[in-house]
Amino acid sequence: MEANPRSTGRLPAAFLTPGSSSFMDFLGDHAPEMLPGRRVLPPVKGVIEAPHGTTIVAAAFPGGVVLAGDRRATMGNMIAQRDIEKVFPADEYSAVGIAGTAGLAVEMVRLFQLELEHFEKVEGAQLSLEGKANRLSTMIRSNLGMAMQGLAVVPLFAGWDVDREKGRIFSYDVTGGRSEEQGYAATGSGSIFARGSMKKLYRDDLTEQQTTTLVVQALYDAADDDSATGGPDVARRIYPIVTVITEEGFRRLTEAESSELARSILERRLERPDGPRAALL
Amino acid sequence: MSTPFYVSPQQAMADRAEYARKGIARGRSLVVLQYADGIVFVGENPSRALHKFSEIYDRIGFAAAGKYNEYENLRIGGVRYADLRGYTYDREDVTARGLANVYAQTLGTIFSSNAEKPYEVELVVAEVGARPEGDQIYRLPHDGSIVDEHGSVAVGGNAEQISSFLDQRHRDGMTLAEALKLAVQALSRDTNGSEREIPAERLEVAVLDRTRPQERKFKRIVGRQLDRLLEADGDAAAPTDTPSDTEE
Repeated sequence: MEANPRSTGRLPAAFLTPGSSSFMDFLGDHAPEMLPGRRVLPPVKGVIEAPHGTTIVAAAFPGGVVLAGDRRATMGNMIAQRDIEKVFPADEYSAVGIAGTAGLAVEMVRLFQLELEHFEKVEGAQLSLEGKANRLSTMIRSNLGMAMQGLAVVPLFAGWDVDREKGRIFSYDVTGGRSEEQGYAATGSGSIFARGSMKKLYRDDLTEQQTTTLVVQALYDAADDDSATGGPDVARRIYPIVTVITEEGFRRLTEAESSELARSILERRLERPDGPRAALL
Repeated sequence: MSTPFYVSPQQAMADRAEYARKGIARGRSLVVLQYADGIVFVGENPSRALHKFSEIYDRIGFAAAGKYNEYENLRIGGVRYADLRGYTYDREDVTARGLANVYAQTLGTIFSSNAEKPYEVELVVAEVGARPEGDQIYRLPHDGSIVDEHGSVAVGGNAEQISSFLDQRHRDGMTLAEALKLAVQALSRDTNGSEREIPAERLEVAVLDRTRPQERKFKRIVGRQLDRLLEADGDAAAPTDTPSDTEE
């Protein structure tokens, strides 16, 4: 199995060294080549073509936070995948949605999920929400070399803060810079339009159901103006992934729920393609 | 300079085994039992923070008797092994059998190496299956041997007596409340045959519950839920107490 120099089958010393509760630290000591950030890139001219995930949106409401993403991955002008999933549970009380290079993003999410689970098992307690957000920051920063070759990964992190008892949203830039967002946030190619949409529709007293409607409206507006963001695909029954995190933990809207949500919005847009109108003054 | 005494290899091994067994016997015993919906771990533990039972992976739990620093070390090694294996391959590919093998090799090498003192620990590695037939329980004594157990197992100081008590009374398909009662009964018997009361706050209880909707089946049973289970009548007519997931 993994790195067993003396092949006696016993656990190598690194496994029994006390100290770190971080799986990434352990990998760094024991099998550094498995860490995404430690790979040496061959010098490449220009941008590497790989599928990119597009728009992720998040919004907080009293009692929780909603994180949602569209389903499209693009490669240049081509649609690489219609039903990609870009929003994942990070642990019981948090979720991560990723825009950017899809392959790297999925690997990063797997490692991030494991990092949180590993800490929880070793320590017998969960990391604080801030701690989780900082871990993600470190991972993004270690990907900077790739990002400079066009393989950036930019996540949005949302979770229920068990201590402060509220939903919180963290956004990131390619260098790992982290900032907490108040109310709502978006990342990815359609984020400008999604943010504009939420700016006009968001209120801080929305219910859970209104907030899920808000984020799907924002994704619709992003898809409306950004060619790389996918709208609800009624013919193929592909709808945005919407997740809700509350005191009860992480929950992903079922296929039926998100289809109903997307269809009800679509229905209204048939009458008014630009969506709900905000007051002028 | 004095010449060292000759000690036959048999004698050396017997001494080491004796040393390890005595260390293990100093700790309190713990038991692991199969019940209808999974596997339950029960032990007497005055500490709320230093656990004897813990989660290794989705379906795999860990129990240990003996010296805390030594089994804690092995536990973390096991978590690292399982997480690395799941990350390299897939979550499905992490098995109790694989983990038990690695533990057996580790304990065996340490036991027969003259450079290290033998570990004073006895471990149990258990995996809950999708159905009761798929449940696996492995007992790992201090010397690196490995025993495939069925139904119930006890490790620690008074293990032999507790095992035989459990063997006579444990049956397949017990409810959680029944299994828990039986376990507490077994643990409260002293070596001289007398019984003593173990209050609920000194009990450490955890389950691998196959009915849990999450992938991670390990759950500690504490507080009101534990009290409720202990109070529940052990007869089969009682509704099966499945630990609810909303209650922590």
